[in-house]
Amino acid sequence: MEKYISLAHGDGGELSNRLIKEVFIEAFGDGNAALFDAASLTISTPRIAVTTDSFVIKPVFFPGGSIGKLAVAGTVNDLAVSGAKPAFLTCGFVIEEGFPISDLKKIVTDMAYEAKKTGVTIVAGDTKVVERGSADGVYINTTGIGIYENNNGCSLEFEEGDAIIVSGTIGDHGIAVLAARGELGISVPIESDCASLNKMLAGVLTSTDGVRIMRDPTRGGLATTLVEIAEDFQLTMKIDELDLPVKEEVHGVCDLLGFDPLYLANEGKAIIVVANRDKEKVIDILRKFPEGRDAVVIGSIIGKGKGQLLLETPLGSKRLLTRLSGTMFPRIC
Amino acid sequence: MLEMLKQSNNPEICKPLVEAVIAKSKEFQKKFGRKPAFMEVCGSHTMSLARTGVKQCLKEDVNLISGPGCPVCVTDQRSIDAMVALAEGENRIICTFGDMMRVPGSNKTLLDAKIAGKDIRVLYSPIDTIKVAEENPDKEVIFLGVGFETTIPILTLMVGEAEKRGIKNFSIWMTTKLVEPVLRYLLDAGEVNLDGFLLPGHVSIVLGENSYKYLVDEYNISGVITGFETAELLTGIYKLIDIALTGRAAIENNHPAVVSKSGNRVIHKWIDQYLTECDEAWRGIGVIPKSGLDLKPEYDQFNAKKRFTVEIGEPRKTKCRCGEVIRGLISPNECQLFGKACHPMNPIGPCMVSAEGSCAAFYQYMRESY
Repeated sequence: MEKYISLAHGDGGELSNRLIKEVFIEAFGDGNAALFDAASLTISTPRIAVTTDSFVIKPVFFPGGSIGKLAVAGTVNDLAVSGAKPAFLTCGFVIEEGFPISDLKKIVTDMAYEAKKTGVTIVAGDTKVVERGSADGVYINTTGIGIYENNNGCSLEFEEGDAIIVSGTIGDHGIAVLAARGELGISVPIESDCASLNKMLAGVLTSTDGVRIMRDPTRGGLATTLVEIAEDFQLTMKIDELDLPVKEEVHGVCDLLGFDPLYLANEGKAIIVVANRDKEKVIDILRKFPEGRDAVVIGSIIGKGKGQLLLETPLGSKRLLTRLSGTMFPRIC
Repeated sequence: MLEMLKQSNNPEICKPLVEAVIAKSKEFQKKFGRKPAFMEVCGSHTMSLARTGVKQCLKEDVNLISGPGCPVCVTDQRSIDAMVALAEGENRIICTFGDMMRVPGSNKTLLDAKIAGKDIRVLYSPIDTIKVAEENPDKEVIFLGVGFETTIPILTLMVGEAEKRGIKNFSIWMTTKLVEPVLRYLLDAGEVNLDGFLLPGHVSIVLGENSYKYLVDEYNISGVITGFETAELLTGIYKLIDIALTGRAAIENNHPAVVSKSGNRVIHKWIDQYLTECDEAWRGIGVIPKSGLDLKPEYDQFNAKKRFTVEIGEPRKTKCRCGEVIRGLISPNECQLFGKACHPMNPIGPCMVSAEGSCAAFYQYMRESY
């Protein structure tokens, strides 16, 4: 096997064949997918969930994960928070000429490991190679198919007093990736929270019928995701700054750079809005999983009709939270 | 230190402090028949006061006015136009603090220029500019030197490093500003009535407590040097009211762990070695003599203004009132553009875009629509 990706690896000829066999099938297994242009799947349910996401991250390896792990966990989580059981994944790779094949192997090994752990099967894929300089290393798209086994578990019927739960500390992924780029000039002992949450969230859904909605606060962070829920369902939601779980290291970097942890990306956290009566039960279930050991109630629904998110400061005053406005940039001093 | 910071934000400590400030303010109001008015000089104070809810809690009792301490906000529009024009030149790499990227010039921002293909890099640590210059020997690498006394040390450090390594393709576009001249300008202009200043913690690390003596001696006005945590801000305001009640002026250091009497001597030495005073234009104010620092002539090779010529037209006039916000004459929401034509995604003026800007603080933390 060659050391680096060349344009010929994307030409559909001998090198393409070797790349597929020696890298992708080696990691993912071929199942029946290799026999036809499309995978043949058996899905015995009246409703399925489909989602797709593209992953572009720099660097492709970061503390706590890689673009491969992210490409599986990210799509799995989109299915899981929708109440579906993730079943199948497809993946498309856009690779830059010159990308080390050893790195590609590490990435697909991470994908295979995460898929196995999660219980999804990778059933189809595609590879394109672009000229050096036309892409930044490797981009991955994954499409996920999930099964609704009974119902989607989320009622979308909200009541005043419903609790807002977050499954753990926020902002870890954003800071870990920032630090891994080596641009901060400081070392931060933070790992990305990148993880598949399907088993944990399935545990929540099977234990209660009080779940109103689940979302994963990825880009835009916790605040943006909650603002979207508040606006979509015309709810007034309030979160308490004192209850927000933020690691001290994340706080420190945010203070230094002028970032707000509420708007940093997470890749292994879920927001769950649940009937007040079920909040302790849900917290107990979440905390049984390593990904949910820091789960806490951070707020509640306090009204309907306005579509806004409020944050109560430690001094007791309230302020309005809005969506992330553009990219967060580091400040001058 | 971390434990200290935690305590400084602890609501069990801070809530009683709010009550104490309000009680002290009532005393002031009884004595003088009005609310006390203080200006927070530093943009980071403005942000902290709004983000932590201090401003909201004290709004009935203390008039906290944002001042000219945000380095982005005080940057003249002509200066921003010049930086964009500089970035549009050929064969250049512009390195900058992130704050500058979305600040609108007359026609575009640095972000617009980057999207159009210009090589503009946001650095977390300005000293990385030297590395960029070493890695790109065939390009001119220019750092946009915007900031107050807090930023100046790193700029001199960069010049020293470039000199030591013999780097020829590095320069700084200096638009640094000094706190004292602008405070003197505000006091001389007499446009805003103040009972004292919340003096900037970061800048004071460089300047030292003694540097504010002129406020008392020449203007009979008080100042309290304050850090950025909730309890520090509240105790700073409390001390300002307490001094005002006595009828005498004084400077107090509420940040003694990091601010000394005479400031940082090492940094002063660097400034003396590399920099010289120069006239600077301030947004909404105009040129204030000797209110900035430029590289000394012997360092012209690192002075981008000496190495590159940029041509700009007359700045485009807008209805943006950032200039009046900076001078403490109006609150951000008194600008007719605030929250309508001007918001963080479409800032008309720098105060709405900077991470230390008064309008951004007001928009993010103090709009009341609940």
